[in-house]
Amino acid sequence: MKRLMTSPCAVIAAALTMAAAPAQSADPIKVGMMLPSTGTYARLGNNIKNGFKLYVQEQGGKLGGREIEYVEVDSEANPAKAIDNVNKLIKQHEVDVLLGSVHSGVALAMAKRAKESGTLMIVPNAGADKVTGPMCAPNIFRTSFSNWQPGYATGQAMAEDGHKRAITITWKYGAGEEMVKGFKASFEKAGGKVIDQLYVPFPNVEFQALLTQIAAAKPDAVFAFFAGGGAVKFVKDYAAAGLKDAFPLYGTGFLTDGTLEAQGADAEGVKTALHYADALGTPRDNAFREAYAKAYGDQPDVYAVQAYDAAQLLGIGLAATGGDVHKSAEFSAAVRAATIDSPRGQFTISKSHNPIQNFYLREVKGGVNQVVRIASEALEDPGRGCRMK
Amino acid sequence: MDLTTFLIQCLNALQYGLLLFLVASGLTLIFGIMGVINLAHGSFYMIGAYMAYALAPAIESSLGGGFFSVLLVGLVLSVVIGYVLEWAFYSYLYDRDHLQQVLMTYGLILVFEELRSLLVGDDVYGVQIPEILAGSVPLSEVMTYPVYRLFVSALCIALVAGMFYVFARTRLGMMIRAGASNREMVQSLGIDINFLYRVVFAAGFALAAFAGMVAAPVSSVYPGMGNEVLIICFVVVVIGGIGSIQGALVAALLIGFVDTFGKVIVPDAAGVMVYLAMAVILLWKPDGLFKAG
Repeated sequence: MKRLMTSPCAVIAAALTMAAAPAQSADPIKVGMMLPSTGTYARLGNNIKNGFKLYVQEQGGKLGGREIEYVEVDSEANPAKAIDNVNKLIKQHEVDVLLGSVHSGVALAMAKRAKESGTLMIVPNAGADKVTGPMCAPNIFRTSFSNWQPGYATGQAMAEDGHKRAITITWKYGAGEEMVKGFKASFEKAGGKVIDQLYVPFPNVEFQALLTQIAAAKPDAVFAFFAGGGAVKFVKDYAAAGLKDAFPLYGTGFLTDGTLEAQGADAEGVKTALHYADALGTPRDNAFREAYAKAYGDQPDVYAVQAYDAAQLLGIGLAATGGDVHKSAEFSAAVRAATIDSPRGQFTISKSHNPIQNFYLREVKGGVNQVVRIASEALEDPGRGCRMK
Repeated sequence: MDLTTFLIQCLNALQYGLLLFLVASGLTLIFGIMGVINLAHGSFYMIGAYMAYALAPAIESSLGGGFFSVLLVGLVLSVVIGYVLEWAFYSYLYDRDHLQQVLMTYGLILVFEELRSLLVGDDVYGVQIPEILAGSVPLSEVMTYPVYRLFVSALCIALVAGMFYVFARTRLGMMIRAGASNREMVQSLGIDINFLYRVVFAAGFALAAFAGMVAAPVSSVYPGMGNEVLIICFVVVVIGGIGSIQGALVAALLIGFVDTFGKVIVPDAAGVMVYLAMAVILLWKPDGLFKAG
């Protein structure tokens, strides 16, 4: 007894560990979900929550030995409210992990606060290149994609299909411009030429004038990025203008994901690149799809997959740090070293914390995005502006 | 730009302008003539589009007749909804100030969006173009023009003619114009102004919903679709001169041309061209192109 007392520091340290250890395993990890539950992106937000919770449930409600608890805030996909919302999660609810968001503007605001406060953050969708570029941090991860990636993969696929002259068309806003940049980089690297870059003011959906421009310029193929209602209208207008048969339409996967039913026959033959497809047919994906359908009575989509993998990533990090989210360096090292067994296929996390993953070229056949081939293998975002080593 | 392309662009502009008139015509009645700042106009448009989507299966099985019977039933339904809305909400707004009008109609947007989410869900849906209008007309060697768009343009022209006729030539139109300039005087002449306004409002709602129904096969239906048309509708009504139908027509066509050629000629500034045009016109004519009365 006396011997022990000689080293008060050790005693205090031991006491602290003893006090901390039970607290850690008893206290649940609070995951602050900042996702849209109303508005245009409500469905995406819902599928992301479902995907994340599915993995946690499969692990018995625990990751890294700690219970998982959720705090949900409606992001409304509104960047103007993002700072308030994320402050609410960090300060008022004292969350350990931030999960969000769908909208890039919201995700950038979250990343800024996460970087300042050191709160662990996982992005399950928003593709803004900056998040894993200049904004990158040891505590910020992404399990979806950077906008540059699907653009780059589509450019590779189009060039490989033998097209030489392309026109790009998208909304004039961050995501569109970043995807076009990626597309142009690979397409021109492979010897193609982008003869014109067309932009529609966001969220305008009147395409007729630009379709006329495309018809007059006669490219070999067209690269497009639109999403949701805009994607449906663009694909339909493109077909109605008679352009589909003249100039094959390519795009990033968002052009035909979650929109195929509304696009109907007009989408047949449209080729898109994405890190997921409807019928991958791998055992891993089949198992995931079955579990998801059983849990929610609905088919999963790429958003659910990205969120499922966000939960996997959290699990890997927590297992390596003994359930301590504040050990950023260990957390980051473990995640970078890991291979995530995703329904989309295995992938790893790059130095800037963005997935290094395969992109599939899909073609719409019979109302389904069917895989044609791998458009780009283990594609890594260059992570421009990220200083992490 | 060669001549063919230029002519096709003119057709695009004309067609877009007519569509804008169709979408904004309901707002011309409710905001222009009745003086209510109706932010829920976009929601009326959305309600119409969703009716075209949601009613189609039920009508097809009970009445048959495809898209046109859907239009007809939708039109009747929207007159009823408009009539009830005026009675329940809008009739209290005429004498209130603008802030209260904005607050209530903004509130209605939220209510309608939430109802839409509960009833139909948050997915994007397509609406089938009726069989006989599904074809297209060749314009150049590759470009074709969908017949349905031409049909929409024709509908708009018919609507323009109809509205002019009612307002300029009929007793109803006369009463409406009189009511817009002096409510009390019209009332003291023994005209039931409350009923009259209820009818005008119902017509305004029906026009907006009709525009939504007609646009649905081209634009598909999706959450938030109403918000996208709302601002451009106000631009059309304000440029045209509040309360003027011919003003709204001219403004809609003007916007159609500015938007179409703006996208082609100055692509980098396409987003602001419409608003730039509005600013210039309002500096030149602060009351809009055609001031009513």
